[in-house]
Amino acid sequence: VENVRLLDRLSSRRAVLGTLYLTATHVIFVENGSETRKETWVLHSQISSIEKQATTASGCPLLIRCKNFQVIQLIIPQERDCHDVYISLIRLARPVKYEELYCFSFNPKLDKEEREQGWKLVDLNEEYNRMGVPNNYWQISDVNRDYGVCDSYPTEIYVPKSATAHIIVGSSKFRSRRRFPALSYYCKGNNASICRSSQPLSGFSARCLEDEQMLQAIRKANPGSDFIYVVDTRPKLNAMANRAAGKGYENEDNYSNIKFQFIGIENIHVMRNSLQKMLEVCELKSPSMSDFLWGLENSGWLKHIKAIMDAGIFIAKAVAEEGVSVLVHCSDGWDRTAQVCSVASLLLDPYYRTMKGFMVLIEKDWISFGHKFNHRYGNLDGDPKEISPVIDQFIECVWQLMEQFPCAFEFNERFLIHIQHHIYSCQFGNFLCNSQKERRELKIKERTYSLWAHLWKNRADYLNPLYKSDHSQTQGTLHPQIAPCNFLYKFWSGMYNRFEKGLHPRQSVTDYLMAVKEETQQLEEELEVLQERLANLQKSQSGDNKVKNKQQDRSKQFGLYTSNNSLANTPQEYSNDLKSFPSRSPSQGDEEDSALILTQDNLKSSDPDLSANSDQESGVEDLSCRSPSGGGCLPSEDSGKDSDEAVFLAG
Amino acid sequence: MEFAELIKTPRADNVVLHRPFHAAVEGTLCLTGHHLIFSSRRHDNAEELWLLHSNIDSIEKRFVGSLGTIAIKCKDLRIIQLDIPGMEECLNIASSIEALSTLDSVTLMYPFFYRPMFEVVEDGWSSFLLEQEFELLSSVTNEWRLSCVNKDFSVCPSYPPVVIVPKCVDDEALRKVALFRHGGRFPVLSYYHKKNGMAMMRSSQPLTGTNGRRCKEDEKLVNSTLRSGRRGFVIDTRPLPVAQQARAKGGGFEQEVYYPQWRRIHKCIERFNILQESFIKLVEACNDQSHNMDRWLSKLEASNWLTHIKELLTAACLAAQCIDREGASVLVHGSEGTDSTLQVTSLAQIILDPRCRTIRGFEALIVREWLQAGHPFQQRCAQSAYSNSKQKWEAPVFLLFLECVWQIHRQFPCSFEFTEQFLILLFEHAYASQFGTFLGNNENERAKLKLPQKTMSLWSWVNRLEELNRFQNPLYEANSLVIWPSVAPQSLQLWEGVFLRWNRPSKYLEEAAQETLNIIKYNKELQARVNALRRQLAEIEVDEEEQEEQ
Repeated sequence: VENVRLLDRLSSRRAVLGTLYLTATHVIFVENGSETRKETWVLHSQISSIEKQATTASGCPLLIRCKNFQVIQLIIPQERDCHDVYISLIRLARPVKYEELYCFSFNPKLDKEEREQGWKLVDLNEEYNRMGVPNNYWQISDVNRDYGVCDSYPTEIYVPKSATAHIIVGSSKFRSRRRFPALSYYCKGNNASICRSSQPLSGFSARCLEDEQMLQAIRKANPGSDFIYVVDTRPKLNAMANRAAGKGYENEDNYSNIKFQFIGIENIHVMRNSLQKMLEVCELKSPSMSDFLWGLENSGWLKHIKAIMDAGIFIAKAVAEEGVSVLVHCSDGWDRTAQVCSVASLLLDPYYRTMKGFMVLIEKDWISFGHKFNHRYGNLDGDPKEISPVIDQFIECVWQLMEQFPCAFEFNERFLIHIQHHIYSCQFGNFLCNSQKERRELKIKERTYSLWAHLWKNRADYLNPLYKSDHSQTQGTLHPQIAPCNFLYKFWSGMYNRFEKGLHPRQSVTDYLMAVKEETQQLEEELEVLQERLANLQKSQSGDNKVKNKQQDRSKQFGLYTSNNSLANTPQEYSNDLKSFPSRSPSQGDEEDSALILTQDNLKSSDPDLSANSDQESGVEDLSCRSPSGGGCLPSEDSGKDSDEAVFLAG
Repeated sequence: MEFAELIKTPRADNVVLHRPFHAAVEGTLCLTGHHLIFSSRRHDNAEELWLLHSNIDSIEKRFVGSLGTIAIKCKDLRIIQLDIPGMEECLNIASSIEALSTLDSVTLMYPFFYRPMFEVVEDGWSSFLLEQEFELLSSVTNEWRLSCVNKDFSVCPSYPPVVIVPKCVDDEALRKVALFRHGGRFPVLSYYHKKNGMAMMRSSQPLTGTNGRRCKEDEKLVNSTLRSGRRGFVIDTRPLPVAQQARAKGGGFEQEVYYPQWRRIHKCIERFNILQESFIKLVEACNDQSHNMDRWLSKLEASNWLTHIKELLTAACLAAQCIDREGASVLVHGSEGTDSTLQVTSLAQIILDPRCRTIRGFEALIVREWLQAGHPFQQRCAQSAYSNSKQKWEAPVFLLFLECVWQIHRQFPCSFEFTEQFLILLFEHAYASQFGTFLGNNENERAKLKLPQKTMSLWSWVNRLEELNRFQNPLYEANSLVIWPSVAPQSLQLWEGVFLRWNRPSKYLEEAAQETLNIIKYNKELQARVNALRRQLAEIEVDEEEQEEQ
């Protein structure tokens, strides 16, 4: 469709004319005119909703909301075209078969062997060995080898040594969806562990001897402690309501030596609505400070993030400081339980704060234990009530921790944002389906590629320059504060306003330091070369013209690097509620252009398809959410004087 | 008066000091004329705390049996608690502190007694003279002149003795204009934008009154900054209704009929008690140890602090935009022209002028646009957020400005030569200091108090190399461009460095700052070594070539 206008979300006055293309996998918008022919690419699987608004004189507006928080506003001149686009997109954005998803057609040009290597990068067996199991207290159980006991659990599961197959099967029958207590994290230092399960089918009075024995076995696996915590991550009211349906929570009288604890994290429906409300706040056009803060409070989002974090802190404290094992569950044990177990593991074990460890953590607590990725993130058309930003919340918890502990994580914000993006993109097979069983049946590993290998290949882009493996912050357990005035939970504009570049810091300390470190590395290499050369020269005392030539090449290269650092000074578009601020001064164009070329180099490599706008120019814009060149690429033709003055008056 | 009279108990033993994130320490408390000194008795790691009495905003005492507890709330927002055994001792100490922290005579303040322990390399009192500023200006334009019309402070008591005004307006006219402007604050040059020759002036409101008085000289002065055929903008920091109401009290605003080439824009920048209340509410929220997220967010919102930040930044960006993008001259004023006016003009300069983002340039900006421009520091900073007194002159006007600078700094972390710590330092010294810089309300008062002769300047101390190094931003790379910050709510954050300073564990952030420094230091070292080696190699090669030639 031609002559389509793409509106700028922050300023309705700015729009670009272009052509809209629909392909089997993407929506593509190509700008007319401008030399660069800026393109915007959106994967169909990223589309969360499409809204056709009332036709106006200028055309028919179409609003596309994406799961990675991009909002695209188009105006299509012909009503008929708009309707066609709308109908096609609705179909394309809601595939009904896994085979329709992008990962089955995505080919990053790797051969079979590389693909297999990629899938082997994250190996859970290795991970359990790293934790220190199997050992005297824990063993691997094959009770679920053909998913016979629990179809949403993995085949290989660690259980206490004293838990016989009889106990496990008995316990599984007393738990929702037969998700019996299994090991999530084992603390080598003091034998304390984190186990996870679903709720018991206790109703008002039911008991199960095997389940009680199972919990005993978990306690015995930690000889240093005479009780275990059972943490129910639901609000008490919800848990009590479940009793009427024959489910519920553990009765302290029936289980010996447990301490039972509720931690009120709300259910997926509350979280879905909360995110919805927060995104509405993000979408407000020129909100006042109170609109924003009130909206943020009213959405409850940060309260929920804090609840998850508090639960993680509680468990980490029990394990690290009290040396007490914890059994965590919610209702089914695949949403809140996954969040809380992974936050606690992250606080406890520095390994999970490395890039590789973080992949392992998601693989362990989320993918292998049957977090329902397909349902929660709506990869296939399904029940909208199943959709909920469960893992998004976990990712945000990690970001909040990164803000408080800037040196503790090996990876940077970009790493988190890219993982979030790919959970929805369906470009890689990792997050397909709802369980390991389904993934095996679909032969995911033979037919798709692994995101982890892709991220690992580009790990240089995701490094936190402040991280050092021998730093005190890197070691041991993290102890975050609890009160909001001590641990400031912030709105994460890097994620939720990811595509509104104008809102972000205009210079990124992370990118700056990454560039410095890269330069440092080059300097180190050059130093070595120079020293060697000097030694040779002094030895032989014979002239060598080649040296000189090479040296000149080097210095050229350094010139480039210096300007790479100074690109942090890129001028920015200034926009605010007056809408009157010109986008940018033409006289500053040079710097901006050079910035684009420079950032492109280090970002383009990472992921051309990740960005929604992904040709040379726009790819930079999207990926560089923390890059210093965050500003818009639009020239400022429309900062006409008349319109500006008119707005001043309004202001 | 002798300080000894005020000190009822000069010393108390077995006092326990409590601070957030520190273990309680037992030690001895001493009171001197200007300091509260606490030193731990432990010899292995003796710890001392020196607190200026003038830094104490309020104290609260509480008794449990004969154990008294004094909570000391400071102007830098820190709260410490002292457990003092013995009711009488505790009462004596509390009343001594109260008396010493509320001395009513300026000349009794610590700066008059402070003897520096460092060598003065450069006297800060004469580091930033307007004459130097004018010299720079005359190298690019000859449209302005220095006027000494106010040399005895008779034309405008809150102006400095020399000001920069348009060349075509003589001193006689200035005297007339002064009568037409509130407090005699006639329009003077605040900033000259070299890029396009546009000027930013500041003044107070015109005294039009209800019958629409006019002043031809004022019109001429204001118009003389305009290029022919171009228009200018008057940025009035008050909303229109407030400006209209001001007419009833003799104030007012520039009317279109008499200033046809000027477009007036009204902004809404709050003043005085509204800011002070907002400040108090915010600090209260930040000290609320409750674990409830909703409560925190609603208290933050109810304080309105970030709203003030957003309004102020927006107004400053607007002024900067008029100058840089519209190519228009700007006149900024509110009512008196000593508060919101200065906030706007100084922030606009941070945005426009790269020089103001250097340490030296920022100091010059503070001196020029705040101290010399007559911001009444002594009135505004007499009390901070814990004060119970209801005096109407206190307002965190300067703090608000510093926070806006911080907000811009956060968005452009590589464009400022100084760190956040430098801004925090200025905040502290504006409220309590051993230096005389922020005493007095204007140059007139400072001259009468003979501050330059009797006290040390903050700049004398800060501009020594060893201090400067502490405030250097390792990420700084000179950025000659105009920097446009975002003022969207998503882009503005609470200034944790000030408001959560005493309430958060700072260890991790300090480590991060140290690591940043290390990375850059190491890079620079390597660069130097590589360059040295290159030179060495080049020399050898040259030698060899010469040998070959021979």
